[in-house]
Amino acid sequence: MTVRVYVPGDAGATSVGADETARAITREAARRGTQIELVRNGSRGAYWLEPLVEVTTAAGRIAYGPVTAADVPELFAADFLKGGKHPLSLGPPDRIPWLAGQQRLTFERVGIVDPASVADYVQHGGYQGLSRALSMTGAQVVQAITTSGLRGRGGAAFPTGIKWKTVLDQNSAQKYVTCNADEGDSGTFSDRMLMEGDPFTLIEGMTIAGLAVGATQGYIYLRAEYPHAHRALKTAIAAAAQAHYLGADVAGSGRRFDLEVRLGAGAYICGEETSMLESLEGKRGEVRVRPPLPAIKGLFGQPTIVNNVVTLASVPWIMAHGAEAYANFGVGKSRGTLPIQLAGNIKRGGLVERAFGLTLRELLYDYGGGSASGRPIRAVQVGGPLGAYVPPSQFDTVVDYEALSAVGALLGHGGIVVFDDTVDMARMARYAMEFCAIESCGKCTPCRIGSTRGVEVIDRILAGTDGERNVQLLEELCDTMVQGSLCGLGGMAPFPVQSALKHFREDFRARTRQ
Amino acid sequence: MRTGLYKAPQRQGTYTGGLIMQTLNPGDTATVRRIVSELKGRPGPLLEVLHAVQGALGCVPAAAVPLVADGLNISRAEVHGVVTFYHFFRESPAGKHTISLCQAEACQSQGAEALAIHARRRLGIDFHATTPDGRFTLEPIYCLGNCACSPAAMIDGRLHGRLTPESFDALIAEQVKRP
Repeated sequence: MTVRVYVPGDAGATSVGADETARAITREAARRGTQIELVRNGSRGAYWLEPLVEVTTAAGRIAYGPVTAADVPELFAADFLKGGKHPLSLGPPDRIPWLAGQQRLTFERVGIVDPASVADYVQHGGYQGLSRALSMTGAQVVQAITTSGLRGRGGAAFPTGIKWKTVLDQNSAQKYVTCNADEGDSGTFSDRMLMEGDPFTLIEGMTIAGLAVGATQGYIYLRAEYPHAHRALKTAIAAAAQAHYLGADVAGSGRRFDLEVRLGAGAYICGEETSMLESLEGKRGEVRVRPPLPAIKGLFGQPTIVNNVVTLASVPWIMAHGAEAYANFGVGKSRGTLPIQLAGNIKRGGLVERAFGLTLRELLYDYGGGSASGRPIRAVQVGGPLGAYVPPSQFDTVVDYEALSAVGALLGHGGIVVFDDTVDMARMARYAMEFCAIESCGKCTPCRIGSTRGVEVIDRILAGTDGERNVQLLEELCDTMVQGSLCGLGGMAPFPVQSALKHFREDFRARTRQ
Repeated sequence: MRTGLYKAPQRQGTYTGGLIMQTLNPGDTATVRRIVSELKGRPGPLLEVLHAVQGALGCVPAAAVPLVADGLNISRAEVHGVVTFYHFFRESPAGKHTISLCQAEACQSQGAEALAIHARRRLGIDFHATTPDGRFTLEPIYCLGNCACSPAAMIDGRLHGRLTPESFDALIAEQVKRP
């Protein structure tokens, strides 16, 4: 029997040598005259073990990792195709403690299925959600999403069901479903992993959304920095259309839903929903004034759902297993699971999907294993470049929307970037302002001018010019930006600065030039 | 403290009393016209057109702007505004290989700044510049989504992670060896 060998084709895995490992396996198998079937799956998200190679044996899958190309001849010698013993053997992947403790709902198939195969997707429970949705009215589907408690995973945490209901209630010949795949927050990669590892889940989620609210056209707005995800999505959309899961007659229902990927062009602001809509229309990504809400007047002036990748990709599970089943996970008003991304200076970085309710400390030390450098963790930034820096004294905070907000932080898209004690927090604050200056769309003054002035004020503090007065000025400037900006970029870019001032004030002092 | 991330304003062509006098060669003109006529029926086509133009010509030259504007029946200002809004669009061609070094937080926490200093020294150029032999262009980029394998870089669309000065040099040497 031909042995099936999995080597992730995920960009994160290939960035650390998975392509070379795959080539070495093919070459060595040919040299030995052994038949193998090589599948390029997604990543399971345990990036500290990538490239993570798996083989199917009589006893199920057996994992080896991290496997470099140089390890391959030795693995063959150890008969790894039959699950042979080797120092790199990790046993069954779902029993690796880091993965075994997770609650994978949205990511249940990522790293397991062949991301290019509809048949594999269906075999692993795909399209059950759509099938259920097709037996319900649009209003019932929207009600199920409301009952599930699902909130926008892009960062704003707006209840998804309410957004969908608004679109459903509009009388319009043309409505749209748009997916925000402009994952620009540093420390986040869950959208990328899902689009590369299980793109059909996103396609199914968007199809369910479209049929529920009466939209016939979907767009995925994908950042240009993800050419690998672009290829994966295009392949999957073509395959889904071929299998009649997209197009004029979705799954034999007689109803239409078409889907297309549009590429962004390297503008962080286009992750803001109205800016994304402008960009989809082929314009400069300048934010729109709300109201009107996109749900009423969105893409090309029509009622439009705008949801993040993970939000839409959570829909198939909810529809297949029931809204209550999803709502049974989580705490308080944060229902369901959250794919948390451990990033930066962390020993065991990657994607952890768990029900809301873990503390930062559990994530950083139980999953993450502490810093990669072995030095004490001094700060973590939660929620991307607009998120606050959290000091160790707050590591017992529960990672949910409300608890983080109570300590002045935000969850955002679920990324946690770890810094050890060598970090210079004044420089990180300066970077936050600099990033805002580079990425500001320029429409409103507090963001466009404020961020540039912010960089200058921090430079003056670091140069020792009127230190105390300038720190006070920086605080006032932050306040102006928070209160006066049109959207979250200028309105939140001060959060990392304010938190650095609050928790790491000692770093804001004059220093000698390097 | 300047990190060199800001893009210096660039002007191309000869400035002659308010008009930038530039034309495309006939082959490129035909290419741009063909792209516009193929895509103009799509909803909100401008970004798609610009992506296709950059894909074909390596950049969106200033001289292509009037052709695109004319073909889509919008103003030159609108096209110019979009080209200059997005970091991805270039007005002059990049070198043979484009190296995008991630400068965002997750990479900073793992030494991206030191790596950037090393890269600039190794290539002898600053960010947003191309080596005199036209081989390498160095750009900063803000998150490649490889934050659990930082610091990261993308070279000609290929992602690289857990970079060190040594592995960066090895990647450069590999590109140099390529025909």
